[in-house]
Amino acid sequence: MKIEIKDLYFTYPTGVEALRGISLTVESGEQVAIVGQNGAGKTTLVKHLNGLLLPTRGQVKIGGWDTTKYPVAKLASRVGYVFQNPDEQLFSRNVGMEVAFGPKNLGFDAERVEALVNDALVLTQLADKTETNPYDLSATWRKMVALASILSMDTDILIFDEPTTGQDAVNVARIAHVIAELRKRGKTVITITHDIDFCAENFERVIAMSQGKILLDGRTNDVLGREEILASTYVDPPQLTRLGKRLGFKNTVRNQEEFLNALKK
Amino acid sequence: MAIVNLQNVTYKYPLTDVPVLQNINLQVEEGEFVAVIGPNGAGKSTLCYTLAGFAPHFFKGELTGIVEVAGVESHNSILSEWVLNVGLAFQNPFNQISGAKYTVFEELAFGLENIGIPRDEMIARVEGAMKLTGISDLADRSPYSLSGGQQQRVALASILVMQPRVLVLDEPTSQMDPIGTREVFGVIHSMAESGMTVILVEHKMEWIAQFADRVIALKDGEILMNGDPSEVLTSPLLPSNGFGTSRYTSVARRAQELGLWNEGKLPITLDEAVRGFNSSLTKEEIPDARAK
Repeated sequence: MKIEIKDLYFTYPTGVEALRGISLTVESGEQVAIVGQNGAGKTTLVKHLNGLLLPTRGQVKIGGWDTTKYPVAKLASRVGYVFQNPDEQLFSRNVGMEVAFGPKNLGFDAERVEALVNDALVLTQLADKTETNPYDLSATWRKMVALASILSMDTDILIFDEPTTGQDAVNVARIAHVIAELRKRGKTVITITHDIDFCAENFERVIAMSQGKILLDGRTNDVLGREEILASTYVDPPQLTRLGKRLGFKNTVRNQEEFLNALKK
Repeated sequence: MAIVNLQNVTYKYPLTDVPVLQNINLQVEEGEFVAVIGPNGAGKSTLCYTLAGFAPHFFKGELTGIVEVAGVESHNSILSEWVLNVGLAFQNPFNQISGAKYTVFEELAFGLENIGIPRDEMIARVEGAMKLTGISDLADRSPYSLSGGQQQRVALASILVMQPRVLVLDEPTSQMDPIGTREVFGVIHSMAESGMTVILVEHKMEWIAQFADRVIALKDGEILMNGDPSEVLTSPLLPSNGFGTSRYTSVARRAQELGLWNEGKLPITLDEAVRGFNSSLTKEEIPDARAK
């Protein structure tokens, strides 16, 4: 399902102009990371994808649907949104009910709901916690519950807002695994992240934003190699990219494998 | 003498059977900057709560062993006295904001009002802390209208105004962008330089490597390692126990396995990695050069 954004402007009621002319297309099945300093407009941009915000000017289309012409409830069948803070979206008595809420609400039959819930719970390694109240779980696991409750809606497009904040190495690996699985299934994933190493290791396309505009948009290695432009939105290149530069590698490297290959040469 | 002294500390939350902290022994010298690392669920936040007196004074539960800060024992103290020595910035700043104040300025003054600081000094301290944490322009905003990163700065400032001898920080930059993280680490570093004792829980290894005097690795409520950052952060025990390491350390470890890293010690910072790889590369090239 294609995402088409044309010349998007958005001004908050307070008068803050958060988006200033965004144009971009995301093809079906792409995995895109959005980076940039706080206040760059990242969250404002992705909130346009499921109609939480509507353009002040310009157009957003999701699989051909103009977001101004479809209610959020309808767009929810195409775009799933995992909030940065899981506590802003969890409300059910137990994990199973929480994860079943979305697909039930989309009107899927009981059999499909069950299959989707099971799949989401297995993917997020929550299968042994279905009876637990989400608020009896640690913040790490609540994050996974929030993730599972969106995965179970089986949308073609998924948005993750800062999935790795406050997560330990093990859980970051778990989240990376979910994203890899979604890639295999042909889902579109758009992730906002400050974790530039996570971005480098898990995404093929990176968009860097600053002050409501797109600074850079391209293949991960190309974008992350533009150190000076990234600095203007206060993004440091990934650790291994910086190390590769300091060692005088000709090409930009973004993960361990690329680094070691370049080192061998 | 150590300003923080924990001896055989074991702590259980109410209504639970399993202790979250087990037999913790930890001494921290005045002015030391100690980082605490560990997987989620290791007991890092509970350790912060214990140092700040919330466990057991606020959370209740069962604490055994000795928790001593600045020569006062936690069991013999009350929270209102304890907070004069120890300040804690919570992991989730939202939980720390009082809810009783309409502006950031008043929020920062709240703790000072409670301990009866004179008005002039209160204003000076609040303004100083706002400047230091870069939130002067937020003075008249409601603490609830701020972004996560801004709230974290407010939470930090509201502890700094109290001028505690021991500053306990639970992932103070988790919701910040890289520039915010850098600024806050700058503030924490300058606090430590000025002689404040800092105990910091953090996942961002690159920053710990640069600033901490000592690293404590916590796992399942116990101290797994306690030592120099370059020893603890490069230990093979970390990856095998679910701890993260910086990419510099992990890539050098892999390179070492492949025979591409010939230095004794693994790096924890960018500069160390650059030096180590450069010298490994030169060492490799020497035999070739001679052959020619």
